[in-house]
Amino acid sequence: MTAVATESAAAQPAHPAVVRRRRRSVDGRALGRGLGILLIVLWCLAPAYWMLVASLRQVDFTYDSTPWPKHVTFDNFRAIFKGNNHFGRALLNTILIGAVVTAIAMVVGVFCAYAIARLHFRGKFAVLGLILAASMFPGVALVTPLFQFFTNAGWLGTYQALIIPNLAFALPLCVYVLSSFFSQMPWELEQAAKVDGASPGQAFRMVILPIAAPGLFTAAILVFLSVWNEYLLASQLSNNNPNVAPVTVAIASFTGSDPKVVPYTSIMAAGVVVTIPLVIVVLLFQRRIVSGLTAGGVKG
Amino acid sequence: MTAATGEVAEQGRKAGPGDPRARRRRRARASRGDSRLAFRLIVPTILLLGVVIGYPVVYAIVQSLKLDKADAGINPSTGFFESGGKYIGGKYYGYWYNCHCANGLPGHEFWPAVQTTIIFTVITVAFEIVLGTMMALVMHRAFRGRSLVRAAILVPWAIPTAVTALMWKYMFQPHGVINSLFGTHIIWTGSEWPARWAVIIADVWKTTPFIALLVLAGLQVIPDELYESAKVDGASARQRFFSLTLPLVKPALMVAALFRILDVLRIYDLPALLTGGSNNTTTLSILVVNELRSSQNAAAALSTITFLFIFVVAFILVRLFSVNVVQTQARTVKA
Repeated sequence: MTAVATESAAAQPAHPAVVRRRRRSVDGRALGRGLGILLIVLWCLAPAYWMLVASLRQVDFTYDSTPWPKHVTFDNFRAIFKGNNHFGRALLNTILIGAVVTAIAMVVGVFCAYAIARLHFRGKFAVLGLILAASMFPGVALVTPLFQFFTNAGWLGTYQALIIPNLAFALPLCVYVLSSFFSQMPWELEQAAKVDGASPGQAFRMVILPIAAPGLFTAAILVFLSVWNEYLLASQLSNNNPNVAPVTVAIASFTGSDPKVVPYTSIMAAGVVVTIPLVIVVLLFQRRIVSGLTAGGVKG
Repeated sequence: MTAATGEVAEQGRKAGPGDPRARRRRRARASRGDSRLAFRLIVPTILLLGVVIGYPVVYAIVQSLKLDKADAGINPSTGFFESGGKYIGGKYYGYWYNCHCANGLPGHEFWPAVQTTIIFTVITVAFEIVLGTMMALVMHRAFRGRSLVRAAILVPWAIPTAVTALMWKYMFQPHGVINSLFGTHIIWTGSEWPARWAVIIADVWKTTPFIALLVLAGLQVIPDELYESAKVDGASARQRFFSLTLPLVKPALMVAALFRILDVLRIYDLPALLTGGSNNTTTLSILVVNELRSSQNAAAALSTITFLFIFVVAFILVRLFSVNVVQTQARTVKA
């Protein structure tokens, strides 16, 4: 770090020359950058755009490759909420499971995150390592024992069978993101509260929690998104019960009028319905989510 | 920083409260209080994780050493009846190792699944690291359109993996848009390597943005003056990248790579929904799930193997790259 400081100090007088050199090649490089940006945006958005276009196509034109909406219909969107697809129910299930998991993870995780971010204690590294290991834990190692438990308990295909396993990765994620947010907060205020005679617990409840609200909110979003994403455990533990299965499982088991033909336009419509709220949330809170993601270094 | 504390210490030496010994004593007292509070705050999380992860894993290991009810019957080698729940030691582990496949179905074997999983891991992570770094460099140097790129880059991340898989499955159909776009007639999900590439492409599309964001965060910490001085010293763009940018983002890149490697080793959603595990795209996770409904205890043995495999890989990688994830994490937590 000191080396950086001295080097940068040495660079100061050379500034005008650098600026001049940069100006000469600015056009070519700006063009290259613009091209790069275009490529990235295309790469990221083209498949999603294609999903949207396909969702608006009539079933008979499933494999039409016109790059813009043609043979437009909203039948696909109507179809997914009808029939045996239980799509509306699945949406509600996902929201319910996500809300319960997020609530539990937040309530439990907030204390652990506070301890990690703020308190000095022995074994902090061990706790952090344990939580990290838990967040990297393969879901497939849980699927067999939980499948056996829930079979024995008669819980296969119930809400609790879908909520409990989600905690295994929601809680570490929550602790992670929260602890990085907590450590960036203005803790002088906590000191002030303590000076005024508040206990550590009181300082936490009455001073810190209100300031931490945005961070809590971001952590909750990230946890909710990760639950919304979950497929492996849900697909097995919902045991084909459409009344509790979340939306990812429902989409994967979509059937059309003809069982031999995969109803891609309907599946794409369902994908759009599932994705749009997520994309809106993500875009609205993109700054927070990006900082939460990069600080936590976790995958959603 | 050190100068400031030194000054404070010097000033306080006479006054008492700044006395190093008193300070240490005070800190010890505070940290004992801290420890007690920390313990109470951490216990619920550890308990809950113990219930939802620790106990199931131990249970799975115990079960994997017992005979499954589905496999109960006359033991052909001894002629004795064996009932479910009897301890049989490492028999199921041997069963997977020697690949005596229960139903002889193709794609139902252990070693090919290990091979497929490793192939997926190596190729996807390599692509993601290279492409992600490139994306991050473009984004870092872009002033106009940066927010647009960041919004675009979050879209693949926001789409649920299951939806991603179905979306790419649709695009990889024989009459799908990818074949018509490139004028090819590949049946993507019909044979080994096209099917694998389909999964790899979908995974790279979904997670490269995540790597790009991590690398970008690493890039933004590098002070501009460093580049300026390198330029003044006559370093070419290539030199600046390889001897300045790369070493400085390396820690972020290593952590990202480690996370991604562990993530792809347990990949399930994409191959399960995109190819259904056919044509040698069955990963270890898919194999476990396939076994789940025929012999749960054999599946438990396999999931234990998978878990240990990932654990060992993680351990080796951490040693090899000397990535100290916990410390890096602790640093971000502190920063």
